[in-house]
Amino acid sequence: MAEPTATLDLSELRRRARPQDIPQVPTITICGGTGCRVYGSEMVADRFRQELDAAGCQATVELQVKSTGCHGFCEQGPLVVLRPSEIMYVHVKPKDVPEIVQRTIIAGELIDRLLYVDPDSGDHISREPDVPFYKHQQRLILNLNGLIDPLDINEYINMGGYRAIHHCLGELTPPMVIDTVKRSGLRGRGGAGFPTGLKWELCRNQPGDLKYVICNADEGDPGAYMDRSIIEGNPHRVLEGMIIGAYAMGARRGYVYIRAEYPLAVKHLRAAVAQARAAGFLGRNILGSGFDFDIDITLGSGAFVCGEETALMASIEGRTGEPRPRPPFPAQRGLWGRPTNINNVKSWASVPIIIDRGPEFFASIGTPSSKGTMIFSLVGNINNTGLVEVPMGITLRQLVEDIGGGVPGGKQFKAAQIGGPSGGCIPPEHLDVQIDYDSLRSLGAIMGSGGLVIADEDTCMVDFARFFMAFTQEESCGKCVPCRIGTKAMLSTLERICDGKGQPGDLEYLTELGNEIKSASLCGLGQTAPNPVLSTLRYFREEYQAHIHQGRCPAKVCKGLISYSVLEENCTGCMVCLRSCPTGAIQGAKREVHHIDAEKCNRCGTCFSLCKFDAVQVV
Amino acid sequence: MIAEKYAEEIKGIIARFPNKKSAVLPLMHLAQHEYGYMSQEAMREVAEILDLDPTQVLSLSGFYSLYYEEPVGKYVMEICNDLACALRGADQFVDMACRKLDTTVDATTEDGLFTIKTVMCLGACDRAPMLQCNLKFEENLDEGKFDQLLARLREEAVSEQKSPSIVEKIVAYAK
Ligand SMILES: Cc1cc2nc3c(=O)[nH]c(=O)nc-3n(C[C@H](O)[C@H](O)[C@H](O)COP(=O)(O)O)c2cc1C
Ligand code: FES
Repeated sequence: MAEPTATLDLSELRRRARPQDIPQVPTITICGGTGCRVYGSEMVADRFRQELDAAGCQATVELQVKSTGCHGFCEQGPLVVLRPSEIMYVHVKPKDVPEIVQRTIIAGELIDRLLYVDPDSGDHISREPDVPFYKHQQRLILNLNGLIDPLDINEYINMGGYRAIHHCLGELTPPMVIDTVKRSGLRGRGGAGFPTGLKWELCRNQPGDLKYVICNADEGDPGAYMDRSIIEGNPHRVLEGMIIGAYAMGARRGYVYIRAEYPLAVKHLRAAVAQARAAGFLGRNILGSGFDFDIDITLGSGAFVCGEETALMASIEGRTGEPRPRPPFPAQRGLWGRPTNINNVKSWASVPIIIDRGPEFFASIGTPSSKGTMIFSLVGNINNTGLVEVPMGITLRQLVEDIGGGVPGGKQFKAAQIGGPSGGCIPPEHLDVQIDYDSLRSLGAIMGSGGLVIADEDTCMVDFARFFMAFTQEESCGKCVPCRIGTKAMLSTLERICDGKGQPGDLEYLTELGNEIKSASLCGLGQTAPNPVLSTLRYFREEYQAHIHQGRCPAKVCKGLISYSVLEENCTGCMVCLRSCPTGAIQGAKREVHHIDAEKCNRCGTCFSLCKFDAVQVV
Repeated sequence: MIAEKYAEEIKGIIARFPNKKSAVLPLMHLAQHEYGYMSQEAMREVAEILDLDPTQVLSLSGFYSLYYEEPVGKYVMEICNDLACALRGADQFVDMACRKLDTTVDATTEDGLFTIKTVMCLGACDRAPMLQCNLKFEENLDEGKFDQLLARLREEAVSEQKSPSIVEKIVAYAK
């Protein structure tokens, strides 16, 4: 371990760490996330610099170059937020910039046409925090995303960063830190919801002076990307959490296990580790306390199962990532046989907040059994896709309707899949469920890592379940038989049903097999793999039955059960579908009604999506 | 020989682990960068550096999906067709891309330029359809943007400017 090049003076740190949340210099923040960039935010930023110069204004223009440290509201881009007034303009074009500078920045007026219009109420909303998308949120962990430059440790420090580690090292003994985390009620955010403080205590109580802490950033659930976003937007908070944890447990070495598919996150993390080391937060004798700790980054290599803690440790050790039975738990025998504590990115990132703002504050948010906030990624068929951070206990309806803005295109909400491939779906009749670990479990879903995939009425739930089964089947590491063979059998049954070849008895078979896999598998992957099937069976049984008994896919998705035909009265004979049909199944001539040859048609749906006259129908 | 070409880097990687063997995955990243895929040669070299049996490297390369066991094109387009993206038309996008390049998933175009792969969630679900190419995300894609991307990459390939910066980046990244 290298000696820190400069150890930060504690008083210097204290001086820098003013509790200040919003920059006081007039700042124009333009989201530079990929979404906004596509809409031209760079040109908007350039134009701002020119116009401000020309007008002789003292203001900072920040194009924030974070790909997902973004504001999470990409549909409305480019987004421009003026601080400290927090006025937000949407869909800003370079040609709007002179007007913004003259009228808003200099004269203090609002420009109505650039304001966000709430699709529900039709209201024009001028301040960022009043937009419904933000209003129902409580951003504890994501609060600095988009506000600070993740590549500059000083910006984090200026916002109160590293104050918590300073407090721990200076004033709290390790057992006191653990007690604080326990009192906060924090439960692991990686899926299972195990109480974090308790886990730390187990690890602390193990003998031996070489212990490890690991940050699990292997985020693999389809639809979940908050861990990536946290690391890209504010990597120091995760590091600070790990340093505090290491101090509490007596660990001397830490690893962040992160997916290689996240290059920007890896880059920001590397920079953060180097800066933290240079500033004396990592390395020998941290802040002069005598405590030594350093962090290394290891890259995942593309195996979903490596998110499971024992598989993850095997992977760091350079072996195939196969889970092993527990006990012994990682706290007893972990990485290279040493006591090890693994937490998820969000769990680590919550720790500095708990120390800094007090366990009582954290515990005041949420429900009796689930404390603090949870980050969800709203994806799929929903108007406002993006990351949202909400207090535990919020209802699913608030998430989907108030924050997510509902389902696009006037379609009906059909289900929300929560907890990824280990989770379950929640149907419309349970939209009022409170989001907490226990309520979700009672409905057959789990909190999981926060992926929230919304499906609209056009989604076939059998196909949906088949998708997840295909995922887990593919990702099964193959070590234990129930998971390896069982998921295959479930998948082939589902495929048969989707192909229109379902048989009576299939549903009972799926249920029975599902329950067996759950009880007999070695790791969480197999133990949860049947959940999406079981929960769709629970809530959408008629849809399965329609496939099997009536040879019908009510959502018109399953290719084996649908056919395409031309509605003669709508067809204008424009030849668009005919020319794009990949199998040449469409016959006809210019200005003549076309026909689809069912034999040749491979049901790709190209004609359906291309027809501008609604002349192609699915039956 | 990566052992010579990247001697410094390799030493640094090995030093980060309590035992040499554990450095195998990062070294495989490095070898793949050098050879484009995990060729027999690449596996043998990694095994030799770490005193492993080449079959151990082989089994790792089979287990982890980021190691390619076949040669790939100059540009590997990894299209996410995981659930959230599928709900936004990723499968149709894959079909379109394959048709356009006259290829199939996992195969490489005749000019050796492009390989299309489908991958698991890349964490850009709200901007689907999307793909990753050269460690860069291309998001909110449609046919028109895909055409532009192809044109850009073809141009880049012709002027042989697969920018050294990208190569450097990958090396830095594999460390
Ligand atoms: C198949 C499988 C995949 C998992 N993937 C992840 C993951 O990507 N990220 C994560 O934090 N935990 C994941 N977990 C949970 C971990 O095993 C472990 O419980 C978690 O990292 C503990 O952290 P926490 O206590 O902070 O939740 C996964 C578990 C299983 C069974
Ligand atoms: S599902 Fe495709 S990026 Fe997440």
